[in-house]
Order: sequence, then structure tokens, then C-alpha cells
Amino acid sequence: MLALCLPAANVLGESVATQSQEHPIAAAAAPKVDTGDTAWVLVSAALVMLMTPGLAFFYGGLVRRKNMLSVLMQCLMILCLVSLQWVLFGYSLSFGPDKGSLIGGLEWLGLKSVGMEPNTNYAATIPHQVFMMFQMMFAVITPALIIGAFAERMKFSALCVFVLLWATFVYDPVAHWVWGVGGFLRQSGALDFAGGTVVHINAGMTALAAALVLGRRQGYPNGISPPHNLPFAVLGAALLWFGWFGFNAGSALSAGGLASNAFTVTHIAAAAAGVTWALLDWLKHKKPTTLGMITGVVAGLVAITPASGFVTPMGAIWIGIGAGVFPWLAVTYIKGALNYDDSLDAFGVHGIGGIWGALATGIWACKAVNPAGADGLLYGNPMQFWVQTKAVVITMAYSFMLGVILLNLVDIAMKLRVSEHEERVGLDLTQHREGAYTLID
Amino acid sequence: MKYIIGIIQPDRLDEVLKRLTEREIHLVTVSNVVGRGRQKGIAEVYRSHKEQGSLLKKVKLEIAVNEAYVELTVDAITAGARTGSIGDGKIFVLDLPECIRIRTGERGGEAIG
Repeated sequence: MLALCLPAANVLGESVATQSQEHPIAAAAAPKVDTGDTAWVLVSAALVMLMTPGLAFFYGGLVRRKNMLSVLMQCLMILCLVSLQWVLFGYSLSFGPDKGSLIGGLEWLGLKSVGMEPNTNYAATIPHQVFMMFQMMFAVITPALIIGAFAERMKFSALCVFVLLWATFVYDPVAHWVWGVGGFLRQSGALDFAGGTVVHINAGMTALAAALVLGRRQGYPNGISPPHNLPFAVLGAALLWFGWFGFNAGSALSAGGLASNAFTVTHIAAAAAGVTWALLDWLKHKKPTTLGMITGVVAGLVAITPASGFVTPMGAIWIGIGAGVFPWLAVTYIKGALNYDDSLDAFGVHGIGGIWGALATGIWACKAVNPAGADGLLYGNPMQFWVQTKAVVITMAYSFMLGVILLNLVDIAMKLRVSEHEERVGLDLTQHREGAYTLID
Repeated sequence: MKYIIGIIQPDRLDEVLKRLTEREIHLVTVSNVVGRGRQKGIAEVYRSHKEQGSLLKKVKLEIAVNEAYVELTVDAITAGARTGSIGDGKIFVLDLPECIRIRTGERGGEAIG
């Protein structure tokens, strides 16, 4: 089985197919930067960067007034911290020369030898530095997704330490397994075009671990006030949707047919999932809710992420519908039944949506879309579904266990949770000495 | 002088203001408040979580009047706010010992209108 994932999709598929006249296969010859590809991936990196502030508003709108700034601050501080971790050693651990199929080496510490020449293993037509920056934005948003699980009760200092540990011991290895040259999941043939396992299952499972380790908020479930600003949540979801075009279509690492397909199916899945969630709310609660619809949209975007370089528009509709159904079931029934407080449904949306998307890739993938991909269950290759399942289970287990271990370590060292009094007063005032809104002009 | 407080359903505010204007009662202070009475409102749903026992949104009117306007004011609020359902609200009438207009320093009944 071919090694098939994001960088491979570019190297083997799109670039070769569309540019073979200009660069006759000879990857060995001095690689040439393509201006169109470079422009698109630069823009995509900026689009993905915008998703973290977008996520901050999506999450921020859902918490109580007294915790609004804490959510914005956590997301933006993660943007700062992980960016630095990435250039210092994170990128090298993720994409550096392989060590035992498990981790990248330290050869690229401080971006040593990550320069303006392309790296043909990852993206033959764009500067290596552009690839590194594009990947950085993924490394940033992934831990930011987790904060939804422990919103309104995590100590800020503990968050900073936890995020750095998590980026180093969870994100970087998993990114290497799936995307790094030599990574064992990449070699197994698991398909993950833009980060269904690396980003969403990874964040979703640690989110579940965090909800369990930190415990419920005081007053949960019935004593918690409703979301303080749904329009912010809608704004955030819209920014996520916009940024996701860079996330998925940018993962083609080239500006051509593959990017076009990813762009198209991304939009379609989001639309299908938004409609599905609204309909389910309509059936169960008599009214279609705004929060439900935007949650569906995000779940659809999550689910199409691993599939976006491999499925057809019709496949995307089915993946979108599934992304409306399964996370909805998780949020509506499972969370209540198990009584854990995944405050903003980071596990329900990203975990469940990510698992569905990774499995669905094994169902609807087809080589007609991407010759460098593989055929899925519906195209006569049930083995692909099995390969996807293995990658899902391995990632789930690793992220969950490491999540539990790292959170407990930080808890022993410095306590994860704010005091009961601080939780009642709110994190804005107690962690940052600020308030999001003034009462008097 | 009396100080009249009306707690009403938010959607009845326009109607109450219209009835007050018809009776030439123009001075009123309005605020958004939350509270609870015997009524159960529309339970809000967020990602399938139904809000339970939450406080309901209401509007509070405060009107200071001379004795001659007390019944007119009560009539206006009642006429505008009553739907016949539980949750229409309440009116409280309090004695008001003093009233001062800041600009002129006028006191009592003269200052109120």
C-alpha cells in the first residue's frame, strides 16, 4: 500500500499530474518554486491562523459573561506559545528526519535547514518555510480546540504549562506518525488529507480526558447560565468556516484540481451538516436552534477534513449528514447519560465528528478524485476502512491516555483548577484582573 | 405622591407606553430585569440542554405621580399589559415622601410632573 497522506497527496498526485511538462518527474533535480502554489499556501496559512481567533469567539460566546476574556485569552496565548514551541523544536519533532517511525529528529531545531528551498518530501513546489508556517497553524489550533472541554474552571498558569507539554508529547508525535516521512501511520496507508486524526480526534480525545480529570463545573448541569452571546458564537463559526477553506484546500499544498476538490467538498459537507443538525433539533425540540445549526456546520467541517482530498461532492453530502447525526446524538444523549461536563462539546463535536470523518474517508474515498489516494469501502476496497479504523483507534488511545497522564502531572505540580471561590467570581477577574464588559459607559 | 412599579412581560412594553401616553403620563423609567413568579416561561434549549428553573426576562417600569394620576397610571399599565395568562406581571404602589427636580431645585408635587 502506498504511503498516502497530505504531503504524499501533493508529491505523488497533483504536482506531478499538473506540472509534469514543466518539471518532468525529476524530483531529484533542483526543485523549483511554483509561484501559484506558493501564493495559495501562504494565503491558506493566514486563513488557518484566523481560525484560532474564530474559535475563540465561537467558544467565548458560549460561556458566561464572567469567563469571556479567559476563553479569548487562552486561545490567543496558545497561538503565541505554540508558535514559539513550533519554531524552536516542535516542527523538527513533527516533520524532522524520522526516528524509528515514531518521532522526528532534532536536526531541524530552531528551523535549521528549513529555508526558502522546497523540501521535496513534503511539498516540492513551495518553499520549505511556507510548508512549516502552514503546519504551524494546525499545531496552534489543535490544543486551542481542547479548551472547550475545561472552559470556565482551568487555572491560566496550568493551562500554559499543559499546552506546551501536550504540543510536545501528543501533537508532535501524532503529526509525525500520520504526516511525517517515515511515520508508521503514513506507511500503513491511512488517509488523512487535512488533519482528521492529527487535529480533531487528537484534540477531541484529550478534551474528553480533560472533562473527566478536571470534573464538572459547580452547578452543572442545571445551575449553569445559558451562553452569554450567541451572536459571537455565530461570528466565530463563520470565521471557522471561512478559515477551513485554507485548512482543507490549502492541504493540497498546490493551487490546482486537488485544492479545488477539497474546497468544494468542504463547503458541501458544512452545509449538509448544518441542515441536518437544525432538522434534528426541530424534530426533538420543536424548533431549529441557531446554536444547533452552527454546531452542525462545525461538525461537518471537522468530518470532511480527513476526506477532503479523496471524496466526491456527493460523498461529501453523506459525510455531512453523518456529521449532523453522530455528534448530535453524542451531545444530546451520551453526554447527559455519562454526566461528564465537556463544557463546550469539544469531544462531542471534534472527537465524534473526527472519528466519523476518518472512518467515512475509508467508505467514500475514490481514486477517481485523487489517484494518489485509495478506493474506499463503496469503491470496492473494504480494506481501506480497516486501515482507517486502526489509525482512529491508535490515535484515540494515545491522545486519551497521554491527556490523562499530562493533566494529572500538571495537577500534582500546580493544581489544574481554580478555587471554588474563583470559579464563582469568574476567570476574567480572578485570572486576568479584567472584565469583558463594563456596565456603565 | 406615589411611586408606581410595574413588572410586565417584555412584549407588552409598547402597548403599555401607548396607554400611558394616551393618559398624558409621559415620565417613566424602564429597565430590563430578570425574575420569577408563578409562571413557567418558554424553556430555552442549547445543544439539546433544556434550561430549567431559570429566571425569566421581564421589563420594569417606574413612574412617580401625584395622587390624581395613581388610578390612571394603574389603568394604563393594566390595560396595556394584561393578556389573561399567568405571567402578566404585577403593579406595586408605594408612598413617595419627597421628589426633587435637580435642575431647578423644585420639590414635591411640582417637581414630579
